[in-house]
Amino acid sequence: MAEEERFAPFADAARARDADRLGMLIFLASEIMLFGGIFAAALALRLEHGPDYAAAAGHLKLWLGTANTAILLTSSLMAALAVEAARAGAPRRAARALLAALLLGCAFLAVKGVEYAGEYREGLMPGTATAHFDGPAQTLFMNLYFVGTGLHAVHVTIGILLMAMAALSQRARQDRNAMLIGNVALYWHLVDVVWLFLYPTLYLAGVR
Amino acid sequence: MTDEPRFEHPPEEAATSYLADGYSLRSWFLTTDHKRIALLYLVSITFFFLVGAGAAALIRLDLLTPQGDLLSNDGYNRAFSIHGIVMVWFFLIPAIPNVLGNFLVPIMIGARDLAFPRLNLLSWYIYILSGLLTLYVVVGGGVDTGWTFYTPLSSVYANGAVVATIVAVFISGFSTILTGLNFIVTIHKLRAPGMTWSRLPLFIWSHYAVSIIFVLATPVLAITLLLVAAERLIGIGVFDPRLGGDPLLFQHLFWFYSHPAVYIMVLPALGVVSELITAAAHKRIFGYWFVAFASIAIAVIGFMVWGHHMFVSGQSVYASAVFSFLSIAVAVPSAIKVYNWTVTLYKADIAIDAPLLFALGFIGLFVAGGLTGLMLAMLAIDVHVTDTYFVVAHFHYIMVGGSVTAFFGGLHFWWPKITGRLYNETLARIAAILILIGFNITFFPQFMLGYEGMPRRYHVYPPEFQVLHVISSMGAALLAIGYAMPAVYLIWSLLPGGRRAPANPWGASGLEWTTSSPPPQHNFIGQPVVVRQPYDYPLAHPVSRDDG
Amino acid sequence: MSGGILFWPPAASHHAEQVDLLIGSFGAMTWLLTLPVFVLMAWFTIRYRRSRDVNRDHAPTRNLWVELGWSIIPFILTLGFYVWATMLFLDIYRPPADAVPIHVVAKQWMWKFQHPDGAREINALHVPAGRPVKLIMTSEDVIHSFYVPALRVKQDLVPGRYTSLWFDAEKPGRYPLRCAEFCGTDHSVMGGMLIVMPPQDYAAWLARNRDGGTDGTLAQAGARLFRDLGCSGCHGAASTVKAPPLGGIFGRPVALSSGDTLIADDQYLSDSILLPNKQVVAGYDPIMPTYGNVLRPEQVNALVAYLKSTRASKDSP
Ligand code: HEA
Ligand code: HEA
Ligand code: HEC
Ligand code: CUA
Ligand SMILES: [Cu+2]
Repeated sequence: MAEEERFAPFADAARARDADRLGMLIFLASEIMLFGGIFAAALALRLEHGPDYAAAAGHLKLWLGTANTAILLTSSLMAALAVEAARAGAPRRAARALLAALLLGCAFLAVKGVEYAGEYREGLMPGTATAHFDGPAQTLFMNLYFVGTGLHAVHVTIGILLMAMAALSQRARQDRNAMLIGNVALYWHLVDVVWLFLYPTLYLAGVR
Repeated sequence: MTDEPRFEHPPEEAATSYLADGYSLRSWFLTTDHKRIALLYLVSITFFFLVGAGAAALIRLDLLTPQGDLLSNDGYNRAFSIHGIVMVWFFLIPAIPNVLGNFLVPIMIGARDLAFPRLNLLSWYIYILSGLLTLYVVVGGGVDTGWTFYTPLSSVYANGAVVATIVAVFISGFSTILTGLNFIVTIHKLRAPGMTWSRLPLFIWSHYAVSIIFVLATPVLAITLLLVAAERLIGIGVFDPRLGGDPLLFQHLFWFYSHPAVYIMVLPALGVVSELITAAAHKRIFGYWFVAFASIAIAVIGFMVWGHHMFVSGQSVYASAVFSFLSIAVAVPSAIKVYNWTVTLYKADIAIDAPLLFALGFIGLFVAGGLTGLMLAMLAIDVHVTDTYFVVAHFHYIMVGGSVTAFFGGLHFWWPKITGRLYNETLARIAAILILIGFNITFFPQFMLGYEGMPRRYHVYPPEFQVLHVISSMGAALLAIGYAMPAVYLIWSLLPGGRRAPANPWGASGLEWTTSSPPPQHNFIGQPVVVRQPYDYPLAHPVSRDDG
Repeated sequence: MSGGILFWPPAASHHAEQVDLLIGSFGAMTWLLTLPVFVLMAWFTIRYRRSRDVNRDHAPTRNLWVELGWSIIPFILTLGFYVWATMLFLDIYRPPADAVPIHVVAKQWMWKFQHPDGAREINALHVPAGRPVKLIMTSEDVIHSFYVPALRVKQDLVPGRYTSLWFDAEKPGRYPLRCAEFCGTDHSVMGGMLIVMPPQDYAAWLARNRDGGTDGTLAQAGARLFRDLGCSGCHGAASTVKAPPLGGIFGRPVALSSGDTLIADDQYLSDSILLPNKQVVAGYDPIMPTYGNVLRPEQVNALVAYLKSTRASKDSP
């Protein structure tokens, strides 16, 4: 009886697992629509102010963005490895992979922080100086960049916390079905995918 | 049809009901029982309905005279803004899904709870948090943007508590998303053995459709409002033309959410009406699959018509032509439903009780609202009547005449199940008819006002419109009495001595009627197994209403 | 009661009568589609009520052809109206070439009108009867909407953009004009009057008001601005800066550095002044300063009117 209650309202663990996975996927669909709004705004901005958009994008630190892309991709790979490890019944390996993913996530935030700090010094932050740009449309691009990457950074932070939770939980790591780790990894992949769209939309637009 | 019993486990009246399962505050505020959470929602949305209705009363009283003697210009703007915001996000969107849906979705598919019970409770708390913030706005100065938050008015010029309002609506969105997620997973993963997709009640189909919109449309509103708030606080500028932004972009994003949102407000009502009609008619619904898929079609096509709110905004005329066409397409599934309900009544065995009266009232008003919606979708007509009372009348016909009536009908129909008590049928019939009459007196004159050129959101208006406005306000007073009546006799039925309801007072066919009224803590004693088609009348063991 | 009651709004143009006809016919069709629903609903409910003992055998529960019928027939009927309504609508955006252009600028909470020869007015708009009038409209602050019920037309005025509308009011008279888009505190009193006059009266009215503004016609005012703001410093024939010549620019195709080509219209000219980097002319550097924060919409209108009045090279600016 107690065993049955554990998965309530589900009859058994397999169903509960399926449901968790489905719930996560639906949640991710919702997240995609959230970022969809940002991308729609970026598209509109680009259509309306093409030259300004490209010019302003040229101000971003392309190599920092590129480095971050690589970091996040690797991190995502680590998360996938953690899932594999848990499935293979190797909790220690799963923990190590999670830790790597997590540290890479922190590295991403650190790089982003450096980038923001630089932009702050140049006076590009919204609400502060705009003198560096010529024309409002370029300032607008920078503002959208901050909103988009800022929202993404919030997601990265949440992802890191979730991974830390998974890494600390003995039970999650020993679960051969990787319920928690699997779902956290899914979330982390989404964070990665969103970045993979932000990167060309923001950084690569400035490449001539 | 076979004659074997419909369910393996007939109800056992002896089990403790969910209501008797603990009386402490804790047992309510920390409950994960979907039925109790539904009641929490019922109380909260009723409260917000009163807030919205108070604003409506202010509006109607103020419009009695052309000069608007009751409120100032700003005061009036605040009244209709709060009215719209509260009624849409804090009353109507949660009303049917979070009260009736929360209560019934698991029971109707034979589950013991929603897939994520704790998420369900969390979504109520989120709703309450956002509701409190809205109350803060109501008492702390109000907001003057209308419920549509058009930029740059909202982002730069408005002088009310815009940011607080936006944050409130933003937060409430999460509650909605979680509910939608919960419903979809529940419907996929928790159906009882034998409850195949083709046996799902239509109420479930419409909640499935509405959940898709919850999950996919709400985040777009969230990000849009976030951008408006950021614009107001630090001048992001995405929607501000002076900063190179585009005010029409805001409208596109807002309506991309808000058109689907109007279907959020009507789809659950369509589901309720399908149940009421079949139960009263004692007959299988005509064209089950058409009605079921119509819900999904409405949800899907509904994502492609948002531009019909922007015909005079300066969007490309060709885009307008396309949106106009798609708006006609989205009306077809609604037409299918209406015709199928009508034909369901043919050769039926009809019990003319209050729920049926509400359902028929719904159909009439929904048709009137829907067809005037179709008129609005006609470009040349919309150019004249957009932003006039014609539009106001259109959406009140659907949202108030339609959805609110359906909500009342559903509340009456499932009241015995939810509370275990029977209400006074005579009073209920009177209320249903009173609401129908009061409603039409209130809102029909508004169609005329609109066509004659009375713009909406007008505090001071030309004197030639006064007669119609006065009629409308008198209708509202009648409507208010109609709405107040159920509040009285429904609560009356709860008092000691109220008549107890049997398990199936209507002799209806759904799974929810096979368990006791009120249901036990886990809905059923044991796992029900479904062996019959939906709406499988005549029932093997009909239970008469007159044995209580 | 003070105002009496109005049953049908007056119609002041052919278009208005068309719209009335359209909604009337549409209304008739909706009755056609819904009367059966209401009648059958009532009839079935009464005939098949529980207390009656009637034949309920063989009640149908599905029929594909019936379903398709009531999906497709209303759809096709409505499509007919769709075509009609869309044609009427497209008309409002295709002004005849000889329409009198009038500039409209809305701001919280007033209407400013400027006639082609310089006459200006606020909250009242005089137009000649029986002659097409084209409004070129923009807003200074929030979105407003120009609405004359008697003409059955309405168009939003959006800051940072030009929208336009044309009408041909046939019946002289005074018709209220209203702001239909919620625009803040005094939205409901942002009204005005459309005064349709016989053409000779209009001419007389113009003559009386022409010099109401001392700055002559709109184009002349624009020419002065063009000089004062230093436009001619770059765009003038004698200039050393490499900037495109603007004579006769209106209506001409312009090749852009993005590779696109567009026709120079009001929107393009005003964008070129307010946000010059939005579209850069091919072969030029984007060095033109932004005038977005310097100019009021009326001034931009004047500049545009001036640019429209110029002819290629002859009086080249
Ligand atoms: C529950 C809410 C709800 C619902 C369900 C609808 C349903 C529809 N609405 Fe409505 N609408 C609103 C709420 C709703 N609306 C609100 C709130 C606004 C104003 C927002 C604001 O500006 O504040 C609005 C505004 C609005 C506009 C913009 C008006 C303007 O601002 O200019 C338009 C224009 O096309 C429109 C069209 C439609 C159509 C075609 C339908 C269709 O889905 C209706 C379909 C139903 C039927 C057609 C009836 C049944 C059919 C038959 C009996 C058979 C005959 C059928 C055919 C001929 C096909 N609506
Ligand atoms: C979604 C649900 C919903 C509901 C349930 C209602 C319910 C009602 N609404 Fe609606 N309304 C909206 C959604 C809703 N509304 C929206 C979205 C807008 C647009 C807002 C905007 O423009 O931004 C709007 C706008 C709106 C306007 C137009 C304001 C304007 O444009 O200037 C009016 C005017 O009559 C109105 C009236 C009413 C009335 C009378 C009711 C009634 O059904 C409510 C029943 C309650 C009462 C009748 C009041 C209680 C009565 C008393 C306390 C007794 C005393 C009363 C009298 C003597 C009259 N509403
Ligand atoms: C510093 C020099 C300079 C000044 C001052 C200047 N312009 Fe320009 N203008 C340019 C250049 C260079 C271009 C072409 C590049 C571009 O499109 O931005 C241009 C383009 C234009 C165009 C588009 C021309 C076309 O062929 O499509 C218009 C219209 C225009 N300017 C109007 C004005 C007006 C009106 C003013 C004054 C209010 C003005 N300009 C002031 C340099 C200037
Ligand atoms: Cu201007 Cu409303
Ligand atoms: Cu819509």
